[in-house]
Amino acid sequence: MRQRLTNLFFAIFGGIRDLLPIIFVIAFFQFFILQQPIPNMGQILLGTVLVTIGLSLFIRGLEMGLFPIGESMAYAFARKGNVWWLLAFAFALGFGTTVAEPALKAVADEAAKVAAEGQIIANTLSARDNYANGLRLTVALSVGLAIVVGVLRILKGWPIQILIIGGYLGVVVMTAFAPKEIIGIAYDSGGVTTSTITVPLVTALGVGLASSISGRNPMVDGFGLIALASLTPIIFVMGYGMLF
Amino acid sequence: MDLLDKIWTVFASTMTDVLPIAGIIFGFQWLVIRRPISNLRRVLLGFVYVVVGLALFLIGLEEALFPLGKLMAQQLTDPAFIHSHLDGAITALRWYDYKWVYIFAFAIGFATTLAEPSLIAVALKAHAVSGGAISVWGLRIAVGLGVAVGIALGTFRIVTGTPLHFYIMAGYVVVMIQTMLAPKLIIALAYDSGGVTTSTVTVPLVTALGLGLASTVEGRSPLLDGFGLIAFASLFPMISVMAYAQFVAWYERRVNKRSLKGD
Repeated sequence: MRQRLTNLFFAIFGGIRDLLPIIFVIAFFQFFILQQPIPNMGQILLGTVLVTIGLSLFIRGLEMGLFPIGESMAYAFARKGNVWWLLAFAFALGFGTTVAEPALKAVADEAAKVAAEGQIIANTLSARDNYANGLRLTVALSVGLAIVVGVLRILKGWPIQILIIGGYLGVVVMTAFAPKEIIGIAYDSGGVTTSTITVPLVTALGVGLASSISGRNPMVDGFGLIALASLTPIIFVMGYGMLF
Repeated sequence: MDLLDKIWTVFASTMTDVLPIAGIIFGFQWLVIRRPISNLRRVLLGFVYVVVGLALFLIGLEEALFPLGKLMAQQLTDPAFIHSHLDGAITALRWYDYKWVYIFAFAIGFATTLAEPSLIAVALKAHAVSGGAISVWGLRIAVGLGVAVGIALGTFRIVTGTPLHFYIMAGYVVVMIQTMLAPKLIIALAYDSGGVTTSTVTVPLVTALGLGLASTVEGRSPLLDGFGLIAFASLFPMISVMAYAQFVAWYERRVNKRSLKGD
């Protein structure tokens, strides 16, 4: 019981410490630069308590659920020795987690608005919806492919920098040809695809694979899946902008 | 009632985030791997913790920090506020009249990144995998500084109206050069830190800042110029994480040289 209470205390203390910088920045600008009082003090305190509890629970859940399942699946696939199932799993994970991502939906709707305003598509509801849905599928497909390529890289031991720098060259070339309106959205779409739940899972999968295959170093080979998943959408979204 | 509505919406959206993932994991586990999950109850409880924790986290942010942060982003970019700090006749605003915007962008970028749950996850993993050589806080601070510089530079770009892709290309060149020079162990992790920085905490505040700026600075359109801050925030952490590793390697070499000379 006593142990539990100490754990709880440390978890909450950790949560507060993580949040303190934001509170400090906001308070500083509010009092000294904008010179205004803080409205709704009670609401802010309540919110801070919720954030603190939420963050502590999330981290506890990571260590109990997401990390172990990601790693144990990586070990199981490595033992099974069937590459195709592993790649199918990688694609499903990338595609499935991205296609339903709320942040991506927001960006796709925004992109449809830009396209309609730039008279790339007709400014009707159905044309915009079509465009946004197409874009979402494109991004989800590109993330699925990215995880597949990333898993293949871990299996084969390809150096990550060749893939990333090659991808950057792709981005540079595409930027020269893509319509100007889509560039900002394309660059941003790389950042929104990897959600808070996908990241720990994909990281655990990569590290688990790299540590269960002999000759791979989990530090050198285990990371890099997230990087690929944030790079391919940039290329695919620009491609989408060029085609439609 | 309003709060209950919000709680319901956030829980529903967190569930739609988790359900496909859970479906894929358990589907493959039962159909392909066909082995029982060890500690199934514990794993399931972990999933529940993740969903509930993330939902509470988001509700708390939306209750407390987002409204105030977004309001501040609007107020700081409001021309009326910027004029109030200038004395004498009002002429056209110059880029350095927005200094508080840049400082706010830097500070809020750094602070929100430290609280980013997915960065905490990657830092925990990197700490474990590296056998403690990479400290959780060292990585989080390095990434936070990268995001801070990136967002400050991104707001400067919106104010001056220079093309986004110039900055991104220049950043890519720096990343390529650093890739050749930095210790090999850090490279994959550095690339990953670009992607993890921008999720739940950072994106809403940064988007508010970008849209606020793009709609108040003369000659900018929110649609064309409001985007791009996220791209800055995902590019600069790669540079700062590799720089951090380069600094540590350089420092260790120096210390080693000293101790050799001392013998």
